[in-house]
Amino acid sequence: MTAPAPASTAPGTRRGTALVTGLDVRAANGDGTEEFWRSLLEGRGGIGPITRFDASGYPSRLAGEIARDPGEDLPGRLLPQTDRVTQLALACAAEVLRDSGLDPAGAPEYGIGVVTANAAGGFEFGQRELENLWAKGPLYVSAYQSFAWFYAVNTGQISIRHGLRGPSGVLVTGQSGGLDAVGHARRMLRKGTPAVLTGAMESALCPWGHVAELTGGRLSTADRSEDACLPFGERAAGHVVAEGGALLMLEDEASAHARGGIRPYGEVAGYAACFDPPPGSGRPTGPARAARAALADAGVEPADIGAVFAEGAAVPDLDAQEAGAIAGVFGPDAVPVTAITSRTGRPGAGASALDLAAALLAVRDGLIPPTADVGRVPAAYRIDLVTGRPRPMAGDAALVLARGYGGFNSAVVVRRCGPTPR
Amino acid sequence: MKGFTLADLKRVMRECAGEDENVDLDGDILDAPFENLGYDSLALLETATRIERELGVRMPEEVLSGARTPRLLLDAVASAR
Repeated sequence: MTAPAPASTAPGTRRGTALVTGLDVRAANGDGTEEFWRSLLEGRGGIGPITRFDASGYPSRLAGEIARDPGEDLPGRLLPQTDRVTQLALACAAEVLRDSGLDPAGAPEYGIGVVTANAAGGFEFGQRELENLWAKGPLYVSAYQSFAWFYAVNTGQISIRHGLRGPSGVLVTGQSGGLDAVGHARRMLRKGTPAVLTGAMESALCPWGHVAELTGGRLSTADRSEDACLPFGERAAGHVVAEGGALLMLEDEASAHARGGIRPYGEVAGYAACFDPPPGSGRPTGPARAARAALADAGVEPADIGAVFAEGAAVPDLDAQEAGAIAGVFGPDAVPVTAITSRTGRPGAGASALDLAAALLAVRDGLIPPTADVGRVPAAYRIDLVTGRPRPMAGDAALVLARGYGGFNSAVVVRRCGPTPR
Repeated sequence: MKGFTLADLKRVMRECAGEDENVDLDGDILDAPFENLGYDSLALLETATRIERELGVRMPEEVLSGARTPRLLLDAVASAR
């Protein structure tokens, strides 16, 4: 295999500096980047009763569903072989490419890679084919089941459709995946790949997927959407499943400068990940360690961070751990915190990708979107939770925190950056 | 039992593997290699399985792998019945 063509180094650029030069969001409260951002700023949520299947017999009956059928934006050829999550990823990826202005045909053959994260796979497709196997027999199982269920399928389908043959990969790290994929894509840039399409997408809104989520014991059983997901609230009682995510074009600064006149959403300035210590060790869980390491990677101090986009598990002990980590790193009530999962629900790995997208838009516009009204926040948390209205953001950098079921912790620092010279 | 025609084959192909926007299945495709029509080996496997289900026949893999065009696949179906 030929080595990836290194990006030409334009004067004044730093090799390995990762700019976000394309972005698209699919979320229950907004299809597309700007609609999602307006919804967040105006306080619109996307959580409602599950309509995609009859959920009346399940303890959790709310979800963040995306209304638009992503298949409408795809060639018919791709529909029989893809789960809904892949259709969302493909439609999103096409928009990211368009938004970035990068033309795969004009790039070096191995110049653009694909690194995505996904925690569930193509569950709805898998459920249908398992039903066929059980009820009718093996001849009735789609040949496409061989890959359509698989976590890696989004990366593969995006790569094939657009001819993106650069270094590629897939991360399965639970809800943290959206950040871990971007962290991995950034490594690819540092090794010389000019651009990587990255991020995470999730959709498993079918009975099989729902039962799998329910076994985690962290889903809200509320019936009213305004009570459903209350991160850091005194009445927090679980989160809400959702579909969606965000993909972005991570491009080496030298490549973006060579193209000229690019207006990046921002820079991915720092990334770190760590595992929780084993249960029962008595040692603190990982969010503080991941946050400090990401700040160090970005070369910034806690005081340089204008906002924290928290995971916001909306599970009391997890909220207490995350609040403790934030107060520990930044000092009590020292940094504005927001948790957009209260608006979007929590689409697995897509959740941290949504947080990252929101953080990029926050540093772009200097505004912190408010968390939904979560009621009283326990005083012991010592965090400054942004609620009600958007708050102007100080400084030019934000921290995104994510945790995945089973001990994953990840953190990303994003920073505002100006347009590249023409 | 009536024969399995090109029209039947096209219907099955569309149902189980969709249609490539750049290819007109209603054109003269009888001797066009499946790969030129946008159907890879997996799409053909799906197509063959559907035909086997509809007609209640079995087509051995070595027969299928030789059926590189719609005409050859129709011949394979005919000889399997």
